[in-house]
Amino acid sequence: MSTKLEVKNLYKVFGDEPKKAIEMAKQGIDKDQIFAETGMTLGVKDVSLQIHTGEIFVIMGLSGSGKSTLVRLLNRLIEPSAGQVLLDGENIAAMSDEALRQVRLKKISMVFQSFALMPHLSVLENTAFGLELAGVPVSERHEKAMQALQQVGLESHLHAYPDELSGGMQQRVGLARALAIDPEVLLMDEAFSALDPLIRTGMQDELVQLQAKYQRTIVFISHDLDEAMRIGDRIAIMQGGEVVQVGTPDDILHNPANDYVRSFFQGVNVSQVFTAKDICRRKQSTIIRKTLEGGVAAAIAQLQDADRDFGYVVDKEGRFEGVVSLASLWSAEKSGKSLMNACLLDLPIVKADSSLSEIISVIAQAPCAVPVVDDNQKYLGLITRAQLLQALDREEDTTP
Amino acid sequence: MTTTTETTDPWSSAAPPEDRSMASDPWGNAPSGQEQASGSSWLTSSAEQAPITNSWTDPFLVEWFDLRSLVNTGVKHLVENFRGFFDIAKQPVDWMLEIFTLALTSVHPFVVIALFALVCWQVSGWRLALGGIVSLVFLGAMSVWDESMITLALVLTSVFFCLLIGIPTGILMSRSEGVARALRPILDAMQTTPAFVYLVPIVMLFGIGRVPGVIVTIIFAMPPLIRLTHLGIKQVPADLIEASRAFGASRRQILYRVQLPLAVPTIMAGVNQTLMLSLSMVVIASMIAVPGLGLMVLRGIGRLDVGLATVGGLGIVILAILLDRMTQSLGRDARERGTRHWYESGPIGWIYRQFKTQSKT
Repeated sequence: MSTKLEVKNLYKVFGDEPKKAIEMAKQGIDKDQIFAETGMTLGVKDVSLQIHTGEIFVIMGLSGSGKSTLVRLLNRLIEPSAGQVLLDGENIAAMSDEALRQVRLKKISMVFQSFALMPHLSVLENTAFGLELAGVPVSERHEKAMQALQQVGLESHLHAYPDELSGGMQQRVGLARALAIDPEVLLMDEAFSALDPLIRTGMQDELVQLQAKYQRTIVFISHDLDEAMRIGDRIAIMQGGEVVQVGTPDDILHNPANDYVRSFFQGVNVSQVFTAKDICRRKQSTIIRKTLEGGVAAAIAQLQDADRDFGYVVDKEGRFEGVVSLASLWSAEKSGKSLMNACLLDLPIVKADSSLSEIISVIAQAPCAVPVVDDNQKYLGLITRAQLLQALDREEDTTP
Repeated sequence: MTTTTETTDPWSSAAPPEDRSMASDPWGNAPSGQEQASGSSWLTSSAEQAPITNSWTDPFLVEWFDLRSLVNTGVKHLVENFRGFFDIAKQPVDWMLEIFTLALTSVHPFVVIALFALVCWQVSGWRLALGGIVSLVFLGAMSVWDESMITLALVLTSVFFCLLIGIPTGILMSRSEGVARALRPILDAMQTTPAFVYLVPIVMLFGIGRVPGVIVTIIFAMPPLIRLTHLGIKQVPADLIEASRAFGASRRQILYRVQLPLAVPTIMAGVNQTLMLSLSMVVIASMIAVPGLGLMVLRGIGRLDVGLATVGGLGIVILAILLDRMTQSLGRDARERGTRHWYESGPIGWIYRQFKTQSKT
């Protein structure tokens, strides 16, 4: 994966003498003390990141952690005090104003928490706003704006004005406006935070779908772990202007770098964050190879040895084939049928990436532990009721 | 105004020479520089009797610096050396005033009324058009048509120059905090200084008549427009400006595509205020020989002719209400009135629809 956007030792100081504050920060003096001594605020402190082409990179942190400042440093809405922001190797932090304008017109666009739609422009004109600024002729920019509106499913509201739309629709326009210029990098500053939860999840799903189609590089700011876990390929967690951890959602979930990161899980809806894959366990004793020597009889022996009632049949590539029970194996043995014929019908299986909230009822109603498979039908493990309850109870464990 | 009632009628007659010696004439002596001796001698008479100096117990007895004579000599200097400059400066005002006056007085009154009605219909609706017709006919019926049109030309001229100067100044203020800080006290002065104070130097610099009248009106009526233009642009939400910057807008683009369009309702409120203040200056301006409705009021007061003053005053009020309604509806955008575009309503909308149905068939 190539690096699209690279941030190197980036600092932002709000105050008169940024150099002095940076020097102090380098000596290890902390943010609060710098403020107490000089009155300057260290917004972003020595941040270095590499954002890959085509990934959704989530920057997460509580308010005041510098995440909104950081995203504005990426397109230089806020001037960096020191450091580099490299877009395809070009340093945005040191560009001339005209070059910066060209980058904003063509390469980086942004979606705002407050939507920031022009109230005097219609949906179509709002969407075409970036193109209009770039001087694209009317017919062409309307055509491109139409395409962008189709991507977000708003093509029927072309001539409405922002105040006639719901919050969710307004943010779709915001997204369409950002997509219309066909950007290489999309910055989303808490784009969905102002929406109500139901619409927010809908928009997150749509963003993920759009991303699957177009593969843009997206930098997404969020204070919401659920959201970050849902959409992020990688997550950077910020605290007091510093990036304290960068990693995949799994990394961060399972190996939080410090108490601050851990504290994010407090109050987090575990059933939304964890997926089936996260909690399933692989028990060798219950896996029955389809190619097992001795067929049905051997399978019965294996289950009886392990003191299990159910077995899970996989082929030699590890693909899930079916569930057998001792009872079904016995009847198969009596009638002389093969192992595959002993498989029970109508037993549920769950997909690896379904969230716990989606599978609760499936697991509660299943007579046995439920197998988890990935998109290629590969067997990943089992989820028992006990495991599910334990996982849901995890919220308590993470309380520091 | 109290002094004016003491004299018989200093304005209707063309400045008779004997008036100059009268103490009640507030400006007759000003150019001759004798004001100190005669006009305000009663103010300083006690100080002149015994030369007193300031002491610790009474530090403000005598002025520390002589602002009064400084201003007097300054204005005198301007009058003596820059007369030519002021003559040229008033030319554009003169031309605009000529154009407006000619346009309003040379055509048949019914044509003017019809045009007004059409404009009212366009900017607001048929109700205002009807109201416009009724009030203008009423002005004519009071036989103050000519006076009304002269006043209207005066007001329109001053509003024209207020727009020409005020809106760019307001924009400049919103773009530079330094300019804003420098201009704010000047605007305060323009709004709060009694008109009579600058009436005298204006007359000295520009003479009397309609053009200095317009200039006085501009000084008095412009500040709200500047302030409201400044305010309107400042009020544009910061997130919209930030979004525009994020999409690569230049400062000019932000101004023309975001700030000004969003400031229009506020700027229109400023235009409305400017218009109202211009009308309110009409009576004061008539003191420097500006004809029109204001002069009728002044004459009415001078002759204790309450009827005449009422007729003039009513004319001003009718004009004021009509112009106020027109500019107020300009501030509302077309969407509030139910149509999407300005060209879809009013007489232009009617023509537009005719044209559309024709092109369909």
